[in-house]
Amino acid sequence: MPEAFASSPPPRTIAGLLTARRGRGRLHWTDVFSYAYLGLGVLLMFGPVVWLTLSSFKTASGLLEFPPTLFPLGQIEVEVEGYDDPLPLYRVTEEDGTARELAQIRRIGIIAQMVDPADPDTTIKVPIRQREAVREFRVAWENYSAPLQRFNFLTYLQNSVVVTVAATIVTLLINSMAAYGLAIYEFKGRNAIMLFVIGTLMIPITVILVPVYLVVTELGMINSLWGVILPGAATPTGVFLLRQYMLTIPRDLIEAARMDKASEWVIYWRVVLPLATPAIAVLAIFSIMWRWNDFLWPLIVLNRSEVYTLQVGLNAFQGELDVQWHFVLAMTVVTLIPVVLVFAFLQRFITTGIASTGMK
Amino acid sequence: MRPETHRLTVGAAAAAPMNLLGSLIELPFKAIQRLVGIRGMPYIFLVPNLGFFGIFVVIPLFINFAFSLTGGTNLFLSDRVYTGTEQYGFLLDCENFADSGSCREDRFWRGIYNTMVFVVFQVGFLVLFSLVTALILNRKIRGRGFFRAVYFFPVLLSPVVVALIWKWILLRDGILNAFLVTIGLEKILFFVSPQWAMFWAIFVSIWAHMGFYTLILLAGLQAIPPDLYEAAEMDGTSKERIFWRITLPLLWPNMLVVIVLALIKGVQIFDEVYVLTGGGPGTATQFIVQYIYNTGFTNQVQNFGLASAASVILGAVLFALTLMQLAAVRRKDSA
Amino acid sequence: MRTRKTTFMSAGALALAMAATSVAAETNLRMTWYNDGIEGEVMRDLLDRFEADNPDITVTLDVVPYKAILESLPVQLAAGEGPDLARVTDLGGLSEHYLDLTPLISDPAYWEDSFGPFLKWLRQPGDDSSISGFMTQLTVTGPYANRTLFEQAGIDLPGEGATWDDWAKAVNEVADALEIPIPMAWDRSGHRVSGPAISMGAMMFDADGNPALVDDGLKAMTQRLYDWHQDGTMAKELWGSVSGSSYLGANEDFANAQVVMYMSGSWQIPQFAGTIGDAFDWWAVPAPCGPAACSGMPGGAALVAMKDTEHPEEVGTLMDYLSSEDVLAEFYGRTLFIPGHLGLASGGVEFDTEDPRAKHALETFAGAVPTISSIAFDLQGYPSNRVMFNALISRLGEAIVGEISLEDAYDRMEQDIEQQLAEKARN
Repeated sequence: MPEAFASSPPPRTIAGLLTARRGRGRLHWTDVFSYAYLGLGVLLMFGPVVWLTLSSFKTASGLLEFPPTLFPLGQIEVEVEGYDDPLPLYRVTEEDGTARELAQIRRIGIIAQMVDPADPDTTIKVPIRQREAVREFRVAWENYSAPLQRFNFLTYLQNSVVVTVAATIVTLLINSMAAYGLAIYEFKGRNAIMLFVIGTLMIPITVILVPVYLVVTELGMINSLWGVILPGAATPTGVFLLRQYMLTIPRDLIEAARMDKASEWVIYWRVVLPLATPAIAVLAIFSIMWRWNDFLWPLIVLNRSEVYTLQVGLNAFQGELDVQWHFVLAMTVVTLIPVVLVFAFLQRFITTGIASTGMK
Repeated sequence: MRPETHRLTVGAAAAAPMNLLGSLIELPFKAIQRLVGIRGMPYIFLVPNLGFFGIFVVIPLFINFAFSLTGGTNLFLSDRVYTGTEQYGFLLDCENFADSGSCREDRFWRGIYNTMVFVVFQVGFLVLFSLVTALILNRKIRGRGFFRAVYFFPVLLSPVVVALIWKWILLRDGILNAFLVTIGLEKILFFVSPQWAMFWAIFVSIWAHMGFYTLILLAGLQAIPPDLYEAAEMDGTSKERIFWRITLPLLWPNMLVVIVLALIKGVQIFDEVYVLTGGGPGTATQFIVQYIYNTGFTNQVQNFGLASAASVILGAVLFALTLMQLAAVRRKDSA
Repeated sequence: MRTRKTTFMSAGALALAMAATSVAAETNLRMTWYNDGIEGEVMRDLLDRFEADNPDITVTLDVVPYKAILESLPVQLAAGEGPDLARVTDLGGLSEHYLDLTPLISDPAYWEDSFGPFLKWLRQPGDDSSISGFMTQLTVTGPYANRTLFEQAGIDLPGEGATWDDWAKAVNEVADALEIPIPMAWDRSGHRVSGPAISMGAMMFDADGNPALVDDGLKAMTQRLYDWHQDGTMAKELWGSVSGSSYLGANEDFANAQVVMYMSGSWQIPQFAGTIGDAFDWWAVPAPCGPAACSGMPGGAALVAMKDTEHPEEVGTLMDYLSSEDVLAEFYGRTLFIPGHLGLASGGVEFDTEDPRAKHALETFAGAVPTISSIAFDLQGYPSNRVMFNALISRLGEAIVGEISLEDAYDRMEQDIEQQLAEKARN
């Protein structure tokens, strides 16, 4: 099946389950349903991420408000003659229903002492239930700047990039070699090895965390980026995906190359790899995402700050007793940025790539 | 589909250095090929990958199995106490396997039951929604590329981020409850009710993974030859019949891949739900991998032996699923 | 336990770090640290000064998520890959990895005098002399009340000597009057429950000093907690909404004035001073009473030295500096932590806050230390106390959400403790 995709399939005249739109310009109920479904999809898929981003710009106390405000707001403070510090501004509703804006000097119990900025000499006592903070749109950049200044952000970023790039290169190389071996040759033990590859697909890394840690310790790779790069390099998913794709490459090409006395390596490198580019691109993107997002494993292997990856470094805000949500949200957005960028630039490439590998 | 595939040729710019690199590596490989002959070459190509598999997967699996036969809290195998099958006996010590309350290790069994419930609903709805989405995306609609990307986007997020995003929405004072209050309803404490917690665990994992499965199904749909539809339309076959008689049977191989992959990933569910619900309320969303993680890792007495025994049992279950997949693949190949 | 030589690769990483900080013959010490607030910054300031005084020693602060302290650090230490020093909370549980500083510090007598009762918490059973570290923070559990809500409802705060039942009644009246959703909230933590349980007469240990968690005193408190969750005094979302031993605090709800009374502890002070500030009077109140006592639980985090360090001399020098009275006074003062230093505890610390509520809370909690029951101190010093806390909290949580009955929960608690201690005893 996949060959059909590698080359361009002809444009479809009829597409889809209940087929295409009925008459031109006339909407069938299935069209309405489709667009409603897709519209809801956009809201459901993007909305949460947008909400996270908006929330990340709120102050710690702003995050606690209920009902939450859509945009980040901060209370307005005004300079009042006779007071050294700016005072917070409130809208006070009097008993008779009139409202005016007053600055608060201090609060004692349930009574606030307030002052009219226009008349700084008279102090007014207001029950706190009658006042409401006056706020304006204000972005809490400090959620971002404070943690980024406190840590070696650039070091973490560099480590993350090194891990992601190195791991992806190693993964692509060894996985594609293995896939080539399994796809192109008939040899003794091939089925056993395939079975083994599929079998390892089943094992969640979480359950063998401690044994892998022991192995990495024996190899002396604790606190080394290699300890993060190598253990996950031989992905069964990658071998499986590439092998399925390579099976579809016409044998004649390989036979022709052998006739030309090309060595097996050249056939792999010059003939098969270029033809498998769509599948390799898909694996590359997945590998980048896996490595960029990896958290549990680096947290165990890396305990020196100069080798921290971003995910480890930025999660240092999760304390024992206090989750500093404003930092957590902001740092989550920071780790999201590269993902969003990759997605924005490569989304057509990614989605068509996965579709074209066909996952036979 | 079509125009994008040509973008791949952009990679041609990287060809020159790649060729150089290829020629450099070719020298040792040529020598090896002269030594072992073409028949030996597949093994050579497999060596690096299998080497890594061996070191970082197979050896740990053996250590894991060895752990399951030992007790105590020491990390190194040589310091651990041999206990035989005691850990397995402890896990399997039940008066009545249908009632987790009658088991010595009730949480292990509750983890298994929770995982079963989760997998049935999650896989069912995941396949259903992926199918509906793929069918809709396969129609002639405006902005198909955009919508396809929209559904795929969450696949790229890390499980921790996915869970954080939704947790932030579902908290008591989160935006969803604010919405409920605005339309005149009461706040719902989603993480207090076992049913709601399970619902959201399933919902969020579908949200995060649906895009991937949708693409696989979409690929299958697009591979169905259009003439089949044309012929059927000319015969005056009804839409429903076309769906049941043409679309679904031809899509079946891809459906099988989706079902089997979803099944495997479903049984392995851990980080998303762990961050989202923490396994609660009570143990309502505590799944089998979380049980293993807690036992071996988060408890003060890190019980590697018991955790390993549980993971060996999980491995046996997963192996059964593998056999199912192989059987499915074989049926598909013969189809 | 085996030690492992730093190998080629990690040596490379180390060399990289050292190259960045120049000078060949200097020693680099690694301190694994976690943050709840600004304590990491304060510690860095102090370390900078130490490095200026000791040009041949550098100290790197490796800040990790708290999760790593609890879960990864034990594995790293067991594998011989741990840091030189670490800030830990599982004080007794990790004690097999601690270094005895006695020969390395200049004045062990000062340590005994200043940290005496807390040094015990860092020792293994049978050891009564080693000195391994000091408390970066002493915590005392106790409740906060939203005094502004009490005033608005026109109800008096229960005073000194009020019982848990008095408080339950009062907070319900306030909540009813003002339509506050959560009358009372407790952190979901076994440590938090233990103080009140001891007040109700729980003994925690049998006559031989072995854990005996479930007794009538404990049942009296857990029964109340159970009932409070059923009658709405407490909201199920805290205790019900996560599983196992996961910690969950109500600090956000309290800061949002959704909670009348919040059972937590002294570590909330710096945070409340920031997030609540002046918005309402968050008022630390003395631990409510039961028939046996009016006790909270002591606890906290300690900075400890690890025995696998390759630079014990330098670790000793560093600990000498950090434990000195004026350095600690600055540390506690700036972080708003209750001092874990006996000399400083009696008024030796200038707390760096203008907030009268924070000052009152610091005084209240520091003043509560003498009222803490000796059972609570023993429990805090018991190396496997987390096994007890976890069993208590996870099973009680399951009972509260209705998965098992309270009676079954008691049985399961005892089984859990017995099984885990048996596993540990196999070594």
